Amino acid sequence: MNTVVPKIELTGVSKAFGKKVVLDGLDLAIAPAESVVVIGGSGTGKSVMLKCILGLLEADAGSIRIDGGEILGIGSRERERINRRIGMLFQGSALFDSLPVWENVSFGLIQGHNMDRSTARATALEKMAQVGLSPDVADLSPAELSGGMQKRVALARAIATNPEIIFFDEPTTGLDPIMADVINDLIVKTVKQMGATALSITHDMVSARKIADRIAMLYHGKLIWVGPAAEVYSSGNPYVDQFVHGRAEGPIKMEVRL
Amino acid sequence: MGKLLDFLARIGRVFIAFLQTIGRVTIFSGRVVSHCVRPPFYPRLIGRQMVEIGYYSLPVVGLTTFFSGMVLALQSHTGFARFSAEGAVATVVVISVTRELGPVFAGLMVAGRIGAAMAAEIGTMRVTEQIDALGTLSTNPYKYLLAPRLIAGLTMLPFLVLVGDIIGVFGGYLVGVYKLGFNPSNYINRTWEYLEPLDVISGLVKASVFGFLVSLMGCYHGYNSRGGAQGVGAATTNAVVSASILILIFNYFLTELFFAK
Ligand SMILES: Nc1ncnc2c1ncn2[C@@H]1O[C@H](COP(=O)(O)OP(=O)(O)O)[C@@H](O)[C@H]1O
Ligand SMILES: [Mg+2]
Repeated sequence: MNTVVPKIELTGVSKAFGKKVVLDGLDLAIAPAESVVVIGGSGTGKSVMLKCILGLLEADAGSIRIDGGEILGIGSRERERINRRIGMLFQGSALFDSLPVWENVSFGLIQGHNMDRSTARATALEKMAQVGLSPDVADLSPAELSGGMQKRVALARAIATNPEIIFFDEPTTGLDPIMADVINDLIVKTVKQMGATALSITHDMVSARKIADRIAMLYHGKLIWVGPAAEVYSSGNPYVDQFVHGRAEGPIKMEVRL
Repeated sequence: MGKLLDFLARIGRVFIAFLQTIGRVTIFSGRVVSHCVRPPFYPRLIGRQMVEIGYYSLPVVGLTTFFSGMVLALQSHTGFARFSAEGAVATVVVISVTRELGPVFAGLMVAGRIGAAMAAEIGTMRVTEQIDALGTLSTNPYKYLLAPRLIAGLTMLPFLVLVGDIIGVFGGYLVGVYKLGFNPSNYINRTWEYLEPLDVISGLVKASVFGFLVSLMGCYHGYNSRGGAQGVGAATTNAVVSASILILIFNYFLTELFFAK
């Protein structure tokens, strides 16, 4: 592990909104082709962490490296080049409701990779098939689809450009257990197929166990535990124990006043 | 004493916040404009916005200017009859419509129609993270979302106003001829006689500025909206109100620029 340059490396990343400190010196290194899942309660800053890596939010301090190159504070041209190698599945799917499904899926191909529209459509149909969507839905609007279908479209969009790095932000939240499992399988399958490095966020332990090689827990702006997925139930860390067993009693006090 | 200081401090804070907003809007518009003139361009999206603003606003703008022209003919006739200057009706109608009523009414109508729609659409895209998604798909939201709207506003409002001018003058003609009993060819002659190119051109320049303001306010408030449905609602209201006020303020200064001697 030590000789390999991490695909993604966060060192001392901090982010505050006004007085509210969300990330407080967060460290995380992800090896190439590894799948890491970050767990943590709602509002602990999991999405903020991803948005800092993507440059949608500017981290206040620390270092974020991809393939060893610093990406914190780079220019917008450079940022576009980096983001072209990253796919992102948003928490709320974030599909473009003004575009039909197939144009959503092929958006990055047409805009970022200048693919012509007919080739892009063919690729979109291919990616849709990969996530179990039939060509019938290609011309529908995202609003006409169920939540589970929308997640699949978002997944197809995230993998359409064959990115080296994929982020999944709560891919199974709000889905029924069966659909959640389908999405988990799709994630595992596509990530392995593409050999991509994956960073996922969830508070769904079933999903975390299924997707992750390693699991990390975010609490009070830091990763308080990182370890192999199999050890998450026997971590010996009281915070992790409380979270994975979903107990109200324990060291984690729910901050009712946010 | 304490109360007075408190009061002054409050005024000061409001004033500073006002200046901050002006600064933010200026920086924002500078950024959007700079993206308007640098590739990549999105002709397809610009075209769609042009149709949305130019074509679909025609009925609203046409109706407003039509009735404005009509009421103008009626009012100026009753007013001018007091000093036997009824002959000036046609001239008053054409000059008022081209210089003032056309651009201002079209601007206000489009502010209600387009400014609101832009703020709502872009605001919804913001709160549902669609704008963030654009960023992750190597697409600059300034170029993809905002620049086409600004370009369309800038170019389509003059077109709307030109059409509105013609319809407004026609409204005045109908009232003049069928209600007030003017001779048709006389009325038409009177319309052309004192009309100067600057009357029309100043109106079109105003229209272009108003179109820019409407799009800018729609984009600014939409792009910066926060916090779900309520935030989008507030953005929509703010876009319409601020665009309408800016139109009336800019209208005064543009008029001074063109016509004050
Ligand atoms: N753009 C923002 N402006 C201000 N506060 C934010 C912003 N984004 C997130 N936050 C705050 O940061 C905290 C963490 O949010 P988030 O990362 O979305 O949580 P989660 O772990 O559930 O994904 C929340 O308290 C949220 O209110
Ligand atoms: Mg989140």
